[in-house]
Amino acid sequence: MTSHAVEGTHRPPRSVGDRVFPALVTAAGAVILVTLAGVALFLTYEGLPALTAKAADIPGADSFAAYVWPLLYGTLLASVLALLFAVPVSIGVALFISHFAPRRLASSLGYLVDLLAAVPSIIYGLWGIFFLAPRLVPLYDWLAGHLSWIPFFAGPASVTGRTILTAGFVLGVMVLPIMTSICREIFLQTPRLHEEAALALGATRWEMIRMTVFPYGRSGIVSGAMLALGRALGETIAVATILSVSNVVSLNLISSTNPGTIAANIALKFPEASGIEVNILIATGLVLFIVTFLVNFLARAIVGRRAEFSGAN
Amino acid sequence: MNRILRPRAAAFGAAALVVAVGISACSASNESDSSTSDGTSSSLSGDLNGAGSSAQEAAMAAWKAGFQSSNPDVTVNYDAVGSGGGREQFLAGGVQYAGSDDYLADDEATKAQKTCNGEAFEYPVYVSPIAVIYNLPGVDGLQLTPATLASIFAGKITKWNDPAITGDNPDAKLPSSNITPVHRSDESGTTGNFTDYLSQAAPQQWTYGPVESWPIKSGEGADGTSGVVSAVKGGDGTIGYADASQAGDLGKALVEVGGEFVGPTPEAASQILDVSQPAPGATDTNITIEVNRTPSEAGVYPIVLVSYQMVCSTYDSQDTVDLVQGFASYVISADGQQAASQAAGSAPITDSIRQQAQAAIDKISTSS
Repeated sequence: MTSHAVEGTHRPPRSVGDRVFPALVTAAGAVILVTLAGVALFLTYEGLPALTAKAADIPGADSFAAYVWPLLYGTLLASVLALLFAVPVSIGVALFISHFAPRRLASSLGYLVDLLAAVPSIIYGLWGIFFLAPRLVPLYDWLAGHLSWIPFFAGPASVTGRTILTAGFVLGVMVLPIMTSICREIFLQTPRLHEEAALALGATRWEMIRMTVFPYGRSGIVSGAMLALGRALGETIAVATILSVSNVVSLNLISSTNPGTIAANIALKFPEASGIEVNILIATGLVLFIVTFLVNFLARAIVGRRAEFSGAN
Repeated sequence: MNRILRPRAAAFGAAALVVAVGISACSASNESDSSTSDGTSSSLSGDLNGAGSSAQEAAMAAWKAGFQSSNPDVTVNYDAVGSGGGREQFLAGGVQYAGSDDYLADDEATKAQKTCNGEAFEYPVYVSPIAVIYNLPGVDGLQLTPATLASIFAGKITKWNDPAITGDNPDAKLPSSNITPVHRSDESGTTGNFTDYLSQAAPQQWTYGPVESWPIKSGEGADGTSGVVSAVKGGDGTIGYADASQAGDLGKALVEVGGEFVGPTPEAASQILDVSQPAPGATDTNITIEVNRTPSEAGVYPIVLVSYQMVCSTYDSQDTVDLVQGFASYVISADGQQAASQAAGSAPITDSIRQQAQAAIDKISTSS
């Protein structure tokens, strides 16, 4: 086969690199699939016994569904809160860097945002518990005193500030870098002709951004938000450090009794767990795996659908 | 952050100092110990691996340092994965000894028969008072009866000026603010011992039994001992429970025992062993204790954590047997217990328990 390729007159000679390189990249691609399949298999195999576990073996609940539901609720709630903080801020930061800031300031600001991503999550956790939480207590007291008719702020307010709102805020800061850099890249790619056409028609800078940058970048914003959501769903140690967990399902965002999150719960319970409890924890990990998978799938679908109307064509 | 790290660093420093001072004494006691078994003492060498309770971690650091400095060719490892993880590794044969806040359950003892080629020996090595800590500016020496304490943690007493609290503290100026009880959000032997105390000393008020995971959905949860301590420090009107050595300058409540109010001192904690009975199933080599949570004697502090060491009754080689015997004998020796007390604020085990444990350790043999 090889001699044929070298001797053949119609095909260009193939070097060793041309044969080795495709094999290498194919192997790299396969590693992802194998790893993912390995994780999924492990979670399923080790988690299955939990689904059929006796009610007496499940700590604090009658069934596995009842055990995992408050955790799933807490995971989603904390992540949604994180996105509520992160999406407007990161779009603003990205726009400032791409369209408003002077060039020199823009590059150093972009560098600073990337630096946020390099801070380990335990540092965010310690920052949350020692710095941020105590400073939010007066705010929570005020919310409980004046806005307690809104279910989110029903109170009684936590005296330590270690609430799901604090956790959501810290998660928001943690996902800020990834969202900002994706938005920034996509905003910078807005075709120059679109922007100049808008300006030529008499649009102000804000109108130009609304007419050209946002429509072009919509799919990028969505996929950035979904990537950020994926990170927020899986964040473990910062949440475990900050959040005061009682495994309740409640809308109250400012009290001491909060729902836990799946990843933080595993980190908290695993060291002392044995026997079937380990299987139960792994099964909750399987639930998180499936939810994260669904979120990413959804993001792909949105990005794929929006691409057709993005204004790029 | 500094606030947390500093005491620990100081503790390690203190441990190192104690160990350095105690070296000569240690080696002397080792020689006398091993002369009873096989007579070659200073020739100990090799690795000794253990895993388990994180409560023992600070004490274990002192024991490691003390034992290794008198036996320079020995490396002692301890992975503080938690009691459950430690027992699991021990029963799987992955480590030679384990530290655990619980003694082996029946099915675990059966497993140990297989792993150890014989039974597993267990004996208490670490007794530590659990302090009830609170943050209430201007109130020192808060006095609480078991019933009041249980009601607070069960969420039934919610104000600091509740008649139940003011009745026991006639001189204290108690505010009308809310009580925020802080508990461990991770699974923990500290929670297990605390709830065991509540369920025995105040069964009417605490109806959730002894559990290692906090059973009720109220109050504030925090991760680990340091998490509880920082949560209590961080909020006004908080109350929690934590290893007494980690409580720092927080207020420590006095608990009513036999008509008197007792604080969590090592002396008061070590006396609990004298007034407790062996656990059901305890033998000469399974020295397990049913801690008496409702002593009537004065000056005894009943909220304590008793943590055990587990070793096999047989090992493959004589070298390992010598190593395990040497290390275990040091851990329970007066020097070892003193080193742990300095490093971790634990209460030394009593002489009678030391004698029983030493007898068990002397029975370790090769599995031929």
